[in-house]
Amino acid sequence: MEKILLKNLGNPDAHKIDHYVKGGGYKALDAALKLQPDNIIQMVKDSGLRGRGGAGFSTGLKWSFIPKDPAIPKYLCCNADEGEPGTFKDRGIMDWDPHLLIEGMLIASRAFGAARSYVYIRGEFVFGAKRIQAAIDEAYAKGFLGKNIMGTGFNHDMYVHRGFGAYICGEETALLESIEGYRAQPRKKPPFPALAGLYGKPTVINNVETLSCIPAIIERGPKWFSSMGPEKSPGPKIYGVSGHVKRPGLYELPMGTTIRDLIFNHCGGMRSDKSLKAVIPGGVSAPMLTAKDLDTPMDFDSLAAKGTMLGSGAVIVMDESTCIVKMSYIINRFFSHESCGKCTPCRDGTPWITKALRRLENGEGRPGDTGLLESLCTNIFGRTFCPLGDGAVMALRGALKNFREEFLYHERHKRCAV
Amino acid sequence: MPLESVKEEITEALRKYPNKRSAVMDVLRIAERAAGGHVTKEAMDEIARLLEMRPVEVNSAATFYTMYSVARPVGRHRIWVCRNISCSLLGAEHIIAHLERALGVKTGETTPDKKFTLDVAECLGSCGTSPMMQIDDDYYENLTEAKIDEILKGLK
Ligand SMILES: Cc1cc2nc3c(=O)[nH]c(=O)nc-3n(C[C@H](O)[C@H](O)[C@H](O)COP(=O)(O)O)c2cc1C
Ligand code: SF4
Ligand code: FES
Repeated sequence: MEKILLKNLGNPDAHKIDHYVKGGGYKALDAALKLQPDNIIQMVKDSGLRGRGGAGFSTGLKWSFIPKDPAIPKYLCCNADEGEPGTFKDRGIMDWDPHLLIEGMLIASRAFGAARSYVYIRGEFVFGAKRIQAAIDEAYAKGFLGKNIMGTGFNHDMYVHRGFGAYICGEETALLESIEGYRAQPRKKPPFPALAGLYGKPTVINNVETLSCIPAIIERGPKWFSSMGPEKSPGPKIYGVSGHVKRPGLYELPMGTTIRDLIFNHCGGMRSDKSLKAVIPGGVSAPMLTAKDLDTPMDFDSLAAKGTMLGSGAVIVMDESTCIVKMSYIINRFFSHESCGKCTPCRDGTPWITKALRRLENGEGRPGDTGLLESLCTNIFGRTFCPLGDGAVMALRGALKNFREEFLYHERHKRCAV
Repeated sequence: MPLESVKEEITEALRKYPNKRSAVMDVLRIAERAAGGHVTKEAMDEIARLLEMRPVEVNSAATFYTMYSVARPVGRHRIWVCRNISCSLLGAEHIIAHLERALGVKTGETTPDKKFTLDVAECLGSCGTSPMMQIDDDYYENLTEAKIDEILKGLK
């Protein structure tokens, strides 16, 4: 397949504007500026593009919720917080093709009338933040940003906002709190950001990969985009594969590629040719699958039908030597560390889970710990303020469903079965 | 005035936002660097004055975001080794143990010569090139023990 999002991965010159323009860059912006803003939104709706940040919501529809009144200031925030363990896809775009993201952000801003945008990038991505800032500076110098862009009267300013080590900033309302200078704790919804977002103004929050799909949709048309992958979730998708495969890394493939094809064809199969034990298809919030699920297409709906999710498209592969109790401990340690502390079930529940898992993992498990974990899951799930707490529970439930025996083994024998 | 020397950088940060408070994360980062790697109480008080916030609000932001080192002096180089899932699958524990041996400190500690502070991290978004670590602003990927020795030797 021709690559759209990762065509420049590893290319040492591609981040510079001259290279980007020579390859046809900013042509889509030029075309979009000649369209009626509503037509841009319609094209994105028709393309079938669904948000790549995890929830899979229709991008065109999200933009259409923004009020049309030109007197109200509006914002676009690009979610580049990329914090879900296993996930490293947005970095692939930002490090190597920053202008693709900027062009997508400009077209989006034009479509719903945003005069300002922020790229919210996680603090650890210093290289990426520098790349984006340099690209923004270049775009200003060439007249793609600032006042009267390409002579059309469209004005837009773009800024980089760096996070500093808090996964919850990826949740869209926490991200807004963080830009406003507060602790990043999620806001109550409604009101949704489309009506009252950044500084109380209508705001769209979109993922890096989502926005980077936009230029190609404008240039080649919605039909071209929707012809790739399944009808209900079309387009190219970046899968980030890590763990026990021969060739981990980023793979841009049509949405709906099967897990088997990805691991055994594109990634060269399992490292040391051991057998596959479990695979997490979409970052650590996504419940794990096992070898019997390898033919599942990786798109929003097919994975949801299997009780898991596409999430961030982070595929974590574990071979037979992996202890699921230990992995569950590591995953939950992450969630309890990242709980923002706003609501009790998550703030107190995730550390409780982590403590029980640590006991089991260290051979100090108590009789009934497996049952305790199950009841903690029941008591947390559906009772948290934001999806972080649910994510923690879903991951553990997936592990308990497929590998309950391993937890019981740890509990009874005070050691690992693998 | 601990922030006198970085005034221009602060003005630059303020330019990005419609209000002053939004610059607090950038200004904390600038202050941290100016003080040699950690945020002091004096700096937070001055930030509060500059951004028209209450000191407790600045402190509240600084302590929420885990990358700030609040009132905890650190070494010249900060090391964060990832120990989350993808890195763990490819041997993060050995990498951490090797760093602890090579530096003679436990995670969370600073070497007596104040050269390195060793910390762990829970996923740095580099999972396809694990195991990995971050030192200051740079990522070091696909680590082996030999590679770590080489990297440490190369740092002044
Ligand atoms: C705890 C939590 C963390 C999240 N982290 C991210 C993230 O790092 N990047 C991202 O794009 N979306 C993340 N999301 C999803 C965002 O809230 C939001 O749905 C997304 O940015 C919308 O963009 P999209 O429509 O383009 O997918 C996270 C959600 C939750 C609940
Ligand atoms: S679920 Fe967790 S992260 Fe979300 S609001 Fe509650 S405490 Fe914060
Ligand atoms: S798990 Fe180590 S970088 Fe993601």
